[in-house]
Amino acid sequence: MKRTTLDLWVGFFVAIGLAALLFLALKVGNLTQSSHGETYALQARFGNIGGLKVRAPVKSAGVVVGRVRDIRFDQENFLAVVTLDVDANYKFPRDTFATINTSGLLGEQYVGFEAGGDDVMLKSGDTIKKTQDAMVLEKLISQFMYNKASEGK
Amino acid sequence: MLDAVLGSLTRLGNRVTSRVQRLGKASLFLAATLLGSGTAWRRFSLIVRELYFTGVLSLIIISVSGLFVGMVLGLQLYETLQRFGSGTMIGGVVALSLVRELGPVVAALLFASRAGSAITAEIGLMRATEQLSAMEMMAVDPVARVVAPRFWSGVISMPLLAGLFSAIGIFGGYLIAVVLIGVDEGTFWSQMQDSVDFRLDIVNGVIKSCVFGVIVSWIAVFEGFHAAPSAEGVSAATTRTVVTSALAILAADFILTAFMFTGA
Repeated sequence: MKRTTLDLWVGFFVAIGLAALLFLALKVGNLTQSSHGETYALQARFGNIGGLKVRAPVKSAGVVVGRVRDIRFDQENFLAVVTLDVDANYKFPRDTFATINTSGLLGEQYVGFEAGGDDVMLKSGDTIKKTQDAMVLEKLISQFMYNKASEGK
Repeated sequence: MLDAVLGSLTRLGNRVTSRVQRLGKASLFLAATLLGSGTAWRRFSLIVRELYFTGVLSLIIISVSGLFVGMVLGLQLYETLQRFGSGTMIGGVVALSLVRELGPVVAALLFASRAGSAITAEIGLMRATEQLSAMEMMAVDPVARVVAPRFWSGVISMPLLAGLFSAIGIFGGYLIAVVLIGVDEGTFWSQMQDSVDFRLDIVNGVIKSCVFGVIVSWIAVFEGFHAAPSAEGVSAATTRTVVTSALAILAADFILTAFMFTGA
């Protein structure tokens, strides 16, 4: 085979292979959107985080504004300390309410922000004071059963 | 009685030492190949020529298998997901299984049987017809001139082929899920983008395919170079290349998966 035809075919092969990798990165992995730029860290303490995992989304009004970076256990207060990376484009008031929600009935868990009315905004390293624990289905059911039982008396 | 026991122990010991010896020989050969690759990189046309045989000629089998694997995944997974009422998750599941596992592994298995066996047979036949000895006579290092370009062409083409396999497989899944079954197109892609992470899934998949590329090329050139110089020798070496590569790929895949995708 002639040298140029060979080069042409190899060039075609490499180009198509790189195009496939690019397709995976952009269309499948959604690199354009998931590559978050600047973030700042916030902390929140929860009595129970349920099934929250590292890298779970942080949402406000349903829009993803950050990700869970780290989950630790605080030995002194027996609380879970969750570190959140929030997109630097979004600022939240100091009295923002952090809750652990579930998407759908059995879906993955995420941290929800409900903005408060304070004028002072949260800055990097701050701790969110107002939090609500994850809903634990077993607790809810046992509470319901208990109420039913006491109604029956 | 005692003789029988001693005899079988000796055979066992012999087999183990010969295996370990072969592994050592293969490692030394890999080191020699890496050290001797200077010529191949300086004369890049050597690698380009081999890229044609390992890469371009594998395009058809990789694309067609990728398409079929993707379509089968689409059909089978939809069937199961539908039972839990989560048929719309199909995009994410197809993409994850292709990018993380099936793309690199199946592409590597196909690559070993399509290109690895060809490399072994070619080098083995050169050995059998004493072309390699002739090169040595002319003071041309056969490792630098014959082995290194083939090794590097395999290492280069493997990630590209695996990426192509995954991309076409996802297209196959799209054909089944969206065109045939009628899952909403927007849901299909957004589900996929939601569940596939660039660094965790795609980069790890590419790393896997690079490792498989090294393994397959290494085994292929080693078996070919050390084939017994006869027709049976070449055929035995080709068989060994395919079998050993398949086992090595699956074992390496388990180890890599254990490191990459657990504890996250």
